[in-house]
Amino acid sequence: MSEEKKQNGWNPKIAAFLCNWCTYTGADLAGVSRLKSSPCVRIIRVMCSGRVDPSFILKAFKKGADGIFIGGCHIGDCHYSEGNYKTLRRIEFLKIFLEDFGIDPKRLRLEWISASEGDKYAATTLDFEKQIRELGPLTFMN
Amino acid sequence: MERSIRMVTVNIDGKKIEVAEDTTILKAAEAAGIWIPSMCYSDLLEPYGVCRLCSVEVIRGKRSRIVTACNYPVREGLTVNTNSDKVKWIRKILMELMYSRWPNVPVVKEMAERLEVTKPRFVSLERDESENACILCGNCVNICRDVVKASVLSFEGIGIERKVVLPFNEQSETCISCGACAYVCPTGHIKIKSLETERGALQDFYLGPKSAINIPTLQAVPRVPVIDKNSCIKMQTGGCGICSEFCEPGAINYEMKDEEVDIEVGQILVTTGFNLFDPQQIPQYGYGRLDNVYNSLDFEFMLNSTGPTGGTIQCKDGSEPRAVGIIHCVGSRDENYKKYCSRVCCMYALKFAHLVKDRTKAEVYQFYIDMRAFGKGYEEFYKRLLDEGVNMIRGKVAEITEESYNGNKPHLLVKCEDTLIGKFREIPVDMVILCPAIEPAQDAAKIKKILSISQSPDKFFLERHPKLDPISTMTDGIFIAGCAQGPKDIPDSVAQASAAAARILSLISLGEVSVDPIKANVIEEFCSGCRICNNLCPYTAISFLEDKKISDINEMLCKGCGTCVAACPASAITGKGFTDEQILAELEGLLTV
Repeated sequence: MSEEKKQNGWNPKIAAFLCNWCTYTGADLAGVSRLKSSPCVRIIRVMCSGRVDPSFILKAFKKGADGIFIGGCHIGDCHYSEGNYKTLRRIEFLKIFLEDFGIDPKRLRLEWISASEGDKYAATTLDFEKQIRELGPLTFMN
Repeated sequence: MERSIRMVTVNIDGKKIEVAEDTTILKAAEAAGIWIPSMCYSDLLEPYGVCRLCSVEVIRGKRSRIVTACNYPVREGLTVNTNSDKVKWIRKILMELMYSRWPNVPVVKEMAERLEVTKPRFVSLERDESENACILCGNCVNICRDVVKASVLSFEGIGIERKVVLPFNEQSETCISCGACAYVCPTGHIKIKSLETERGALQDFYLGPKSAINIPTLQAVPRVPVIDKNSCIKMQTGGCGICSEFCEPGAINYEMKDEEVDIEVGQILVTTGFNLFDPQQIPQYGYGRLDNVYNSLDFEFMLNSTGPTGGTIQCKDGSEPRAVGIIHCVGSRDENYKKYCSRVCCMYALKFAHLVKDRTKAEVYQFYIDMRAFGKGYEEFYKRLLDEGVNMIRGKVAEITEESYNGNKPHLLVKCEDTLIGKFREIPVDMVILCPAIEPAQDAAKIKKILSISQSPDKFFLERHPKLDPISTMTDGIFIAGCAQGPKDIPDSVAQASAAAARILSLISLGEVSVDPIKANVIEEFCSGCRICNNLCPYTAISFLEDKKISDINEMLCKGCGTCVAACPASAITGKGFTDEQILAELEGLLTV
């Protein structure tokens, strides 16, 4: 089925949790700068990447996301001092569990993108989309 | 209960004098304007009565006695004769004995002349005492034991062998170099050797206090002296206390201690400044290892007219430098140390060059990476310096070494690449001034923790927005200004501080603050009191209510980041505007299309 999907114009669904201060603004900048970023990314704004509850990620996979992208401020640059450290801790931890759920940890990606790095946002999302396309649709439900 | 002072009347040389009881005859006579000779008396010491020159005749009824005036207290009806034949005869003999032994000591000579002793009557000892001006009064021994409480000095020997000595005739470890002994020595026999001048004025830069009681800096506000707790004899040994005796208004208080004061404030302006990068981290520049390699602060100190050289630019041996090298970007704009530009160095380096040109005949070499004359009037100053004949060499210095040719005195050799002519150059100079990077204050991380503000990757405090809000921080009510935010010069610091002050005042006059509506709050019924969230909050907004055994969020401190919301295992914390339900609904909507 996956092969079929790949050929029949399948587009991956990528849910992205972007922090309000850095990556969300960076995504905005990418748009304003007319940079091509991945059209498959569906953005959810959170105040801080530290707000991303690991259960959101699991629920998003369950609801049909093929990849999940989390964007936060650079380490040491967090608007809330240290929220991104907590994200880093949680995501690394979660990746271990994703394998047990039958999900390739490559489908979850954490990146630090600051508000001025519109180009990095565009490049990273395109790269992530490419990676998800290679992995194919998430089929663990079947 | 205070003892009342009884006044008594005494008769000194026929004068009736009223003085307090227990005053010494010497003091009473002094008050009456009658001179009594003395060699060993000092206001700082308990009278010791050793020189005996102050001998006077005391008559009580029909009896007459010879006593020393310095330690004999007056009583009612005492009659004192300071000038009788008997007194004169005793004094003369005493003086002749002293004069015989110390004919070359100016103080003794002076006193002898005053007592009309023109020639020592006794045969001088057959030993050379010309170098010895110690009259064995013991003042030094007494002050060291009783006042300073160090007991370093003591008498040794008897008879003509008696002398004041240090234990084993060696520099004593207990001597604190207070100089009290030299101060009380009547003949000036004790001298304090200044190690500072022996080593050369610029051996060490004395930036710290020079005596235990001092005015910290020339510009100190308020301009009052302070006591250095670690050097003060009174605070260390409990002795001395001389300053309080001399201070007439009684302003000296040894009991004062450092104290912590809690002040409630609504807003905080952080202006904790910067540290100077330590150039010893770049060993090839030889700071602290080679003579005549200074950092900018050392050199600024040398330029100061109240500094160790009185403002003259000189090498360590006191000579005027023939050539001076000024090295920019020491540790700044350097991938190995600090990546950022420290902004102020180019301009103060030019100022140094100008002052060296102005005060000496030295050739000046500036080693720079890029000349950044960014401010108003700065480019003009740079142009002026070029006209003054300052040599500008564009290139980073590789190494500074000490060289000596043909046995001449060693000089420094600056090795660098001149990128404008594409050649490697070695330039001999007598003095090198390093312009080190400005780095964040060493306790910036501590302040960051206390105030819940952020640091940017270069460790300066992070502003809310680099362009639109360079004054406030992410934490409401906390503002930053000056080098705490990033390297900047004085005009920029003044501008930023003024802006911060205006911002603070505007909030004060408003009387109220508006806060973002995005907050987290605890649903009391769900909270199990596990306290996982308590340590997560970077703003310390979460506290634990001991009575209810639940956590509670202070809405004024909460910034709504949601870290605690995500962490709560019981989902007892919700974030307004970003509740779990809202985010999941968003997710549902996004992923179903």
